[in-house]
Amino acid sequence: MDETQTLFDKVWAAHEITRREDGESLLWVDRHFVHEGSFHAFSRLAERGVNVVEPGLTFGVADHYVPTGGSRPGIADLEIARMVQQIGENAARHGIVLFAPGDPRQGIAHVVGPEQGLTLPGLLIVCGDSHTSTHGALGACAFGIGASEVAHVLMTQTIWQRKPKRMRVTVNGELAAGVAAKDIVLAIVARIGADGATGHAVEFAGPAIRGLSVEGRLTLCNMSIEAGARCGMVAPDEKTFAYVKGRPYAPEGVEFEHAVDAWSALTTDDNAQFEREVILDAVTVAPIVTWGTSPEDALPIDASVPDPARESNEARARHVREALDYMGIVPGTRLADIAIDHVFIGSCTNARIEDLRAAAAVLAGRISKVPGLVSAGSSAVKRQAEEEGLDRIFRDAGLVWGESGCSMCVGINGDIIAPGERCASTTNRNFRGRQGPGARTHLMSPAMAAAAAVAGRLADVRPFLSGRKV
Amino acid sequence: MESFTCLTATACPLDIANLNTDQLIPARYLKWPRSAGLGKVLFHDLRFGSDGEERPDFPLNRPAWRGAKIIVGGRNFGCGSSREAAVYALRDYGIRCVIAASFGDIFSSNATQNGLLTAIVSDEETAEIMTALAGKPGFEMTVDLERQTIRCGDRTYTFSIDAVRRTRLLNGWDDIALTERYRDRIAAFVTGDRIRRPWAAAVLRTRPAGIA
Repeated sequence: MDETQTLFDKVWAAHEITRREDGESLLWVDRHFVHEGSFHAFSRLAERGVNVVEPGLTFGVADHYVPTGGSRPGIADLEIARMVQQIGENAARHGIVLFAPGDPRQGIAHVVGPEQGLTLPGLLIVCGDSHTSTHGALGACAFGIGASEVAHVLMTQTIWQRKPKRMRVTVNGELAAGVAAKDIVLAIVARIGADGATGHAVEFAGPAIRGLSVEGRLTLCNMSIEAGARCGMVAPDEKTFAYVKGRPYAPEGVEFEHAVDAWSALTTDDNAQFEREVILDAVTVAPIVTWGTSPEDALPIDASVPDPARESNEARARHVREALDYMGIVPGTRLADIAIDHVFIGSCTNARIEDLRAAAAVLAGRISKVPGLVSAGSSAVKRQAEEEGLDRIFRDAGLVWGESGCSMCVGINGDIIAPGERCASTTNRNFRGRQGPGARTHLMSPAMAAAAAVAGRLADVRPFLSGRKV
Repeated sequence: MESFTCLTATACPLDIANLNTDQLIPARYLKWPRSAGLGKVLFHDLRFGSDGEERPDFPLNRPAWRGAKIIVGGRNFGCGSSREAAVYALRDYGIRCVIAASFGDIFSSNATQNGLLTAIVSDEETAEIMTALAGKPGFEMTVDLERQTIRCGDRTYTFSIDAVRRTRLLNGWDDIALTERYRDRIAAFVTGDRIRRPWAAAVLRTRPAGIA
């Protein structure tokens, strides 16, 4: 019998309470994050008259609906205000710690979890949000679930899952200057497609991944869902342990040392089997932007958008035609010739301190040709950025330095792009209408978004970096 | 949960690949309670123009397909956001089954939880069924979950679905009731786990200084 295990196998096995004959497993959940959108699930508990079974393992955040556009007074829209109020009521009723607006720990769930030491290697983490895959960067198994499953976790602290297949994405070599984790993950999604990892747990491995900071790995795992993956993971290493140590909720002292011993075993065994392997060379990855309405519609900045007339596959040609029509781009246009109307730097994908530093390094001493919003991933990131003077750089460039939340990534707090306008965005989804009805989104790294702001069009960040310390 | 066994109903073709849940229900409607009637905002920005008028070219707006209970979609149907409201919107509109070559994982889970069948056929078969439907708007198909077949005119297709999802849909099982039966096993697991991985639950003992 094959005894070798992948990282994912090990974490899965540690959480399996039982496996039924039909192949479905009941898994223990170590951490559960809830947010304003979890109200459907809390309603189910109310209908049944039951309480949250493990409130100490459940953490609430106000992120999706909180205002981020400027300072944070009362919320004018009553329906939106009600959403924020509701998570507060539900958290209080069930004795759940809530990172509410005004709390110094408030921020986006997928930024706050790692930052507060709630996300640890080897944990199983769920949240009613598809970007829960982010937490896998520390070697956790983390995935998004729907409202019915949220209710199930609240009531039982467990979840039924069929074990996904295993896939390894190995990135060899070293990233070139001006190329970031975002470029790697966009390159992967473009290569395997928006459903390329459906039904799979993905492990990211190889020298280029090891070379990424923990924050870079968070960006990478965040977007594994954009390839359809059940979850994305990176094996924990010394960088991970150093990142976790001393965080507010992380184990301390001897318990931390014991934890590191356990976490050190969370690696894929030699010769362990993956159902699918994909290999990339980091050297071939250039700064990337998306041109269409799916994250798989991604190309290096020096390329031109496709021409449906040149596509041999009819379905593909139709997608290209419809996407370009929505995006308002003439087939064959050079990406670097596409003018933008707005810039957004934020989201659970790219609003950690390193992201803000990368954008600020490009923007320092320069002016944005377009209006834009910078929304730190958490209130803690915001404070740190202000201590480093990054807020001044953004303000001096003409951008709004906002509050922390999901903001313009999903637009449900009211911060949206006007119909027909084009936004250079550090977010994760360029879906039609994602940033507001009729809004056009181009995904890219924080440094690339900053370069686009300065140029007033999509632009290669590399010339902007010459002579600068990054 | 409402069970699913066999359904004969009008099927509407929706030939769009990667139709994400933002298209199924735009984010601005996610604050609506389900009682508001999410069926009216299903596919909102595809169904209606910016003036609020119906787009006549959108298939569900054609008289023959208005009452459809089955949708035949493109690959990776329901990808993207985990919003279960996407499934509520489909169900509240009256849709009981979506047929496609592949589905977003979270969408399929959500569908099963709400008695919506996600039936998988190949790309070629999807294309064939869509062509047949487009030729005869309003045409009815039969989807039989027991037999895992789709009858479309004189053609019969076999579809695939995860065995667990099939059983749940056939029985209309409620997960919570099912899990209750494992209460003792869960308790035993937790006892052992607190010894095996004390650090994983250390958070229960941690109250960061200075903060409530």
